[in-house]
Amino acid sequence: MTLRSVLIANRGEIAVRIIRAAKALGLRTVLAHSVADAGSLAAQLADETVEIGPPAAKKSYLNIDAVVNAAKAAKVDAVHPGYGFLAENADFADAVVAAGIRFVGPSGAAIRLLGDKVMARQAAARAGVPTVPGSEGRVADLDEASAIAARIGFPVMAKAAAGGGGRGIRIVQNADEFARQFPQASSEAAAAFGDGGLYIEKVIERARHVEVQILGDGETVVHCFERECSLQRRRQKVWEEAPAIGLPEDVRARLCDSAVALARSVGYSGAGTVEYLYDDATQQFYFIEVNTRIQVEHPVTEMITGIDLVQEMLRIAAGDKLSVTQDQISIQGHAIECRINAEDPHKAFMPAPGTIETLEVPNGEGIRFDTMLFEGYAVPPFYDSLLGKLIVHGHDRADCLARLRSALDRLVISGIPTTIPLHAALARDPSVKDGRTHTRFLEPWLETDFAQLAGARENA
Amino acid sequence: MSKTEIKSPLPGVFYRKPSPESAPFKNDGDTVSADDVIGLVEVMKSFHEVKAGLSGKAIRFIVDDADAVMAGQPIAEVEA
Repeated sequence: MTLRSVLIANRGEIAVRIIRAAKALGLRTVLAHSVADAGSLAAQLADETVEIGPPAAKKSYLNIDAVVNAAKAAKVDAVHPGYGFLAENADFADAVVAAGIRFVGPSGAAIRLLGDKVMARQAAARAGVPTVPGSEGRVADLDEASAIAARIGFPVMAKAAAGGGGRGIRIVQNADEFARQFPQASSEAAAAFGDGGLYIEKVIERARHVEVQILGDGETVVHCFERECSLQRRRQKVWEEAPAIGLPEDVRARLCDSAVALARSVGYSGAGTVEYLYDDATQQFYFIEVNTRIQVEHPVTEMITGIDLVQEMLRIAAGDKLSVTQDQISIQGHAIECRINAEDPHKAFMPAPGTIETLEVPNGEGIRFDTMLFEGYAVPPFYDSLLGKLIVHGHDRADCLARLRSALDRLVISGIPTTIPLHAALARDPSVKDGRTHTRFLEPWLETDFAQLAGARENA
Repeated sequence: MSKTEIKSPLPGVFYRKPSPESAPFKNDGDTVSADDVIGLVEVMKSFHEVKAGLSGKAIRFIVDDADAVMAGQPIAEVEA
């Protein structure tokens, strides 16, 4: 079938992104939004809007019945969930399909399988993807967990089987601490995720975060190479790049092939991301998890491959075969994305909703700004702090960084504090320039280098 | 007996309980002192404690659990 219409079950910059992609394909766009988002840019751009509930996400964007009823009432052919909210909720995917509507993403069964950290790890191992040393699956009790921890060596992580997005993880340094923390971690997981199941993994010190973009149509799976997201604060990505920095070609080939093998083994349909830890010292990569949705940082992949991932998702949902073959996908240059958040980097990243007074977006070759902002827009306090993503493409990484520094200097958002100064400092940092970063680089850097820069600025 | 309002320092969603399964920080009628936590405000997915900021008797909440609040909006009153 051909799709004629799509309901966007999301908000913010990704809702804007999906509406634009859908319109480019000639689809009628319907935005499901909360009361707080009635005046949003996405609501202005969509052909139609449906209010689905009060500001609190639990009563609107996370309310499966409200979203499915909106989709039925609007008589759309498909629902695009974006990222976050219900994007990886298998029950939601099933409910959309049960209503006779296409879900823009994999099947509920695939989301359920890959969303369970333990089952996903087992699927990865079966597909020949290296996994971090640890338990084979959920551990039954403290005795079993302690034995595994002793075998793989401390430090180890106790991770909630139902967790994700960096939540539900505890790092433990020794056996005594492990015996104390294990029961607490289990009861916390039960409270947070409704499932107290835990698994154990070795901590890879000085790891980099690399992830492979995949696309599947249920029969064929291709990869669009990898991204690197090692700059993280509190396990949230801050700055992303494509391709990964200084990855040897043979490692890149094995990494990307392993992601395709895993996706193929489950008959994957849609866009997805297979995340890995990469150990520079040993050139080993280890599977972490699969995200069964479009990711925030997808534009860096689009910049280096020229593929519009959101349009491709919509075509796959329509039942089309992939529009590209693997040999048509190649890496052109280098791209970096900076997440611009409504947070004050000089005040412990305190979130700061409020009204945008001025917005000046740089233009120029290789510059893209994905945002929901406009002058006069009141950023609501109810949702995450992402305001936009500055994405810059260059011939190589050095060229990309030079363009990024210039673009950051010309990006002006006033009215509320933003993380632009953080990115401007990172873009000039020698360690970032040389690619000497890892997942635990940013937090100490903020305490030392960034704090010093801020101090110097105040004393100037 | 004068009544004093306790205002939300931040815009966001106000919670009277530390977690959905827990008992409220304070019940109507409780006595509070300045350092007592009376609720949480969730702003952009991060949680911030709201302290009473003054001592008083017979606290009475004006907003419900999980209600949206604006910065400076009264969330409770006490008899000072």
